[in-house]
Amino acid sequence: MPELSPLIHLQHVDKRFGSGFQALADVSLAVRGGEFVALLGPSGCGKSTVLRLAAGLDAASSGTVQSPALAPGHPTDSASSTAFVFQEPTLMPWATVADNVWLPLRLQGRSRAQAMPAVQAVLARVGLADFANAHPQQLSGGMKMRASIARALVTQPRVLLMDEPFAALDDITRQALNADLLQWWHAAGTMAALFVTHSVAEAVFLSQRVLVMAARPGRVVAELAIDAPYPRPAGFRHSAAFTDHCRQLGEALAAAHGAAPHNA
Amino acid sequence: MTALLKTWALPALVLLGLVAGWELLVRLAGIPAYTLPAPSLVAQTLVANFASLAGSWWVTVKITLGALALACAGGVLIAAAFALSPTLERALFPVAVVLQVTPIVAVAPLILIYVHSTTAALLLCAWIVAFFPILSNTVIGLRAADANLRDLFRLYRATPWQRLRLLRLPAALPYFVAGLKISGGLSLIGAVTAEMVAGAAGRETGLASRILEASFRTETPKMFAALALLVLTGVLIFAVFNALSRWLLGPWHASESDRQP
Repeated sequence: MPELSPLIHLQHVDKRFGSGFQALADVSLAVRGGEFVALLGPSGCGKSTVLRLAAGLDAASSGTVQSPALAPGHPTDSASSTAFVFQEPTLMPWATVADNVWLPLRLQGRSRAQAMPAVQAVLARVGLADFANAHPQQLSGGMKMRASIARALVTQPRVLLMDEPFAALDDITRQALNADLLQWWHAAGTMAALFVTHSVAEAVFLSQRVLVMAARPGRVVAELAIDAPYPRPAGFRHSAAFTDHCRQLGEALAAAHGAAPHNA
Repeated sequence: MTALLKTWALPALVLLGLVAGWELLVRLAGIPAYTLPAPSLVAQTLVANFASLAGSWWVTVKITLGALALACAGGVLIAAAFALSPTLERALFPVAVVLQVTPIVAVAPLILIYVHSTTAALLLCAWIVAFFPILSNTVIGLRAADANLRDLFRLYRATPWQRLRLLRLPAALPYFVAGLKISGGLSLIGAVTAEMVAGAAGRETGLASRILEASFRTETPKMFAALALLVLTGVLIFAVFNALSRWLLGPWHASESDRQP
């Protein structure tokens, strides 16, 4: 059951960059503990900027942003409360898979010996137990992304932010990772997931709620609940409900595209 | 084994062919030894004078390795200081460039006047030549860390020291090693150039002084023997740093990947 107060809360957020480019205009959204929310939209609509604000990697120009990453309190607690998965696996090429996954704990001062039980457990969960001592360049694209997610999960974060993590993968690998991701999210209990994608099917398969964004300036233009229960079997992709949700989202996207002020 | 043969057979054959051609040319054309000694005569001279040449060789090697060690320490420390303080970099980088672009042959006489110890003067000359590639490469390398990885370190609130040790230094390693490969050869060149300028005087003299000394006496085979030792030393330095690069970067960096481009 979702908690009542939101973990991530953006209220009337504007974001302008130094060049004068307005990335976000009056964006408000809330994600509660245990929720899986997708941010769907075309390139350049500010989806990634929303994630960076929630992670504390960028600051809003106006409006308020609340998230565990910005919470006051013990620095290591708040630092480990938020995990970020980038579009690229973003692994340290010089370190083994195990040492890459160790990194967030290492930055909190946990020695290798202290961290290894947690590292090995999370590697086993993502199916990389046999590759702990491999270097990233020895792994396939899908396995690199598994390692990247393992690194995100190792601190048992309260918030998991994902920025089109599977966009560069082939379709079969992507669907397998989608199914696995739902399992990992479910196993993590009250962890909130905010997942950026430009794939309608991915947004519908994964999330409970989809926020549709439009570009120039980036803003949330529609919200759709996906009321299919978890666990969602692979067959969900072929159900009438799935197709129906995809159609609705497609229409919302098309409307958003047509409604963009600078798009005639 | 066949792979080893494939890698080494061709270059070895070319080298052997060149030496054989040289030998043949000298014998057939009847070139006198004071103009161009045959490789066999050079080898004989090398063996006959080995004890005294080895002493000089050791002097040159000490200057070369000493200068290279100082270039590593100096280059990396200054690069780290530049990385931590852009103001310092703006202030001091032009000085490093001036040191780099000034021909060492032109400055060496001045250094020999100002620095009384010949060994220290030679070290300084070789250091000036060798430190710049390490400095400039390491400066670039320290900035080369992936932007997303830097964000990740920010997200987990890494301290500046953690960032330097766990992210910036490892990311700089391939660049540093590339600089080291260049500086290894340059430090030998710097040492020999400085010795040439310092001349044949002094108690402890290196291979360059022996070349000068032999040239005054028109002992051309001895010049070639000393030169051969210098070439072998340069090749050895190159081989050692290539092996070091492979050992350090082999498991992860594209520059040492076995995959063909």
